[in-house]
Amino acid sequence: MSNGYTESTIEVAGLPIEVRRGGDGPSVLVIHHETGNPGWLEFHDALSAQRDVILPTLPGWDGTERGDWMRSVRDIAAVCSLLLDELGVGDATVVGLGFGGYIAAEMATANQSRLSGLVLVNAMGIQPEDGEIRDQFLEAHADYVKSCFADPANFTALYGEEVSTEQLVAWDANREMTARTAWKPFLYSQTLPHLLPNVKTPTRIVRGTGDTVVPATAANQYVALLGDAELIEIAGGHNLESDAPEALAEAIVAS
Amino acid sequence: MHLMYFTEQPMSAYDEHAAEEGVTALLFSNSNFDPVAGSQLYNDRLTEYKLAEEVGVDGIMLNEHHNAPFCMQAKCNIWASVLAGATERVKIVLLGNPLPLADNPIRLAEELAMIDMISGGRLVSGFVRGGGTEQLATGVNPAYNRERFEEAHDLIVEAWTRPGPFRWEGRHYQHRVVNPWALPMQQPHPRIWIPGVLSRETVVWAAKHRYPYIALNTTIEATKRIWQTYDEAAHEVGYDPGPENRGYLLRVHVADTTEKAMQNASQFMWMQGEFTGLAHPVWSNPAGYASPRNREALVEVMNGRRPPPRAQSFDNQIENMQIIAGTPDECIRKLRTILEETRPGILALWGNDGRVTHEDSMRCIELLGTEVMPALRDMGAELDLDGPFDSNPPVSINYDEAAKARAASAAAASGD
Repeated sequence: MSNGYTESTIEVAGLPIEVRRGGDGPSVLVIHHETGNPGWLEFHDALSAQRDVILPTLPGWDGTERGDWMRSVRDIAAVCSLLLDELGVGDATVVGLGFGGYIAAEMATANQSRLSGLVLVNAMGIQPEDGEIRDQFLEAHADYVKSCFADPANFTALYGEEVSTEQLVAWDANREMTARTAWKPFLYSQTLPHLLPNVKTPTRIVRGTGDTVVPATAANQYVALLGDAELIEIAGGHNLESDAPEALAEAIVAS
Repeated sequence: MHLMYFTEQPMSAYDEHAAEEGVTALLFSNSNFDPVAGSQLYNDRLTEYKLAEEVGVDGIMLNEHHNAPFCMQAKCNIWASVLAGATERVKIVLLGNPLPLADNPIRLAEELAMIDMISGGRLVSGFVRGGGTEQLATGVNPAYNRERFEEAHDLIVEAWTRPGPFRWEGRHYQHRVVNPWALPMQQPHPRIWIPGVLSRETVVWAAKHRYPYIALNTTIEATKRIWQTYDEAAHEVGYDPGPENRGYLLRVHVADTTEKAMQNASQFMWMQGEFTGLAHPVWSNPAGYASPRNREALVEVMNGRRPPPRAQSFDNQIENMQIIAGTPDECIRKLRTILEETRPGILALWGNDGRVTHEDSMRCIELLGTEVMPALRDMGAELDLDGPFDSNPPVSINYDEAAKARAASAAAASGD
């Protein structure tokens, strides 16, 4: 049963950012994957039982207005940080899912003083020492998104037996936003590894044991770079928020 | 008319069974590439191009593609450089350099200026966006393809025409000193032609620059629709386009007998008739590359909801004259229909593809030059199909004072 959430539009850097917000307690900003924001899920519900959950749709994703100027992940991180300012949120735990983890890591290096916690879930953002971040540009949208779920039933529950054309169009537009902001190097930064060691924010690195998008070594590297970070493994794929909503919410609340 | 010879320069020297998995582009392994055979093929092409000049073609059309056996030209400026030295009369027509792939357009401007000077002013410098797979093959961001195309074009033309040194601070290109010590021989700059097949935006862009548009292997009906789009855009900027603005690339194989011609023309289908090779539709249209207008149709193809628009059968293409094959007389009769229907001032005859032998390619070129093209020239004169080198229009809208005055007057009248 949903705890409920509200929807609002907040202008940041000239862009209308759509924000879903629900729950009470310390604020948690959740940043979605590069494939888009599928909305308020069981995971957000579980988390909002104990937290004030802020779920923006990144500008340009899922049919929202994009800023032609926004051409790097660091730009997106700046928008997310300014969004917290506009919302009057002094500090927050930032949770980044996959690509969102890359953005969250950038936010931490830019201004850790506003972060009460950092949770990077199957995070992109650093070049894996072993393996590569999956190249979605070589495969069909639905095939790639399916590969993000350890349990195909969770994909079907979200997108149906047959994915709508509207959803395929959204995935393509979201993929374009991924290209616009993270094309080269593809979905990682060459500078983050140098900046992350100074981040002292309490951090949890969460790895889905069945993630086929980000190689497992990336999580170990994040742990090594963020001195006091704790590594948590949860059974599930890249989209842990769908494969293991309760376990992921619990890992965040415990952080 | 301007009559050109073209071949994709197929890299046909690989085991046909290697392509049985249905992919002959981008990820088709280059372990199938044989450089020794490649050397032979390159040199066969050179002999063929020299023959084309001897038998009277006006231009040799070159192009460029990457990671695919349908085209061996990884850099069209290399072949243009070879022909600048190896030929004496033909125009060297690049259709063209894929601009978004360039990280340094100034270097392209220099290369093209050198080719123009070495060839004695015979360069036609076409520009393209490059195919979707090209972006992936070269690691270039498909989402900025059109921005890079337009800005690289602007920078190259500026580098050719504006005395340096000057500074360029663009979105994709920043050069604090632009002052190339190589400038084109042709003034104000070499002619720029724009080839294409799909994109309406590119047709409009070409028309608004007053650059001829070369329709690549399109059907007669599609070609007519392209001219309609082109004409509307041309009228908006103040000029009346004619045959000198219209080019057409057509597959035409000529042989001494009908049977031989049909047998060789069937090689145009060597990759199921997909002249950019067989690729996953996702590779051909990486996100951001195509117009958002086409997104809905493209995602359905990419995700297997509808079949990809594959080439028609050989028989159908012979029937609708997308492929013309036969003896010179048979080809001339069909080409008359093409000229009457599409009225191009520039015509490229794509003679040989796939595994057509060097010997048969040479004979095809000889017959094209000595029998087919003279007849086409007569038809062109009869049908008033002057090409750009006949009527000598301004090289771009920037040098068309009459058009600029008409556009300004029309804008004033409409209160803009």
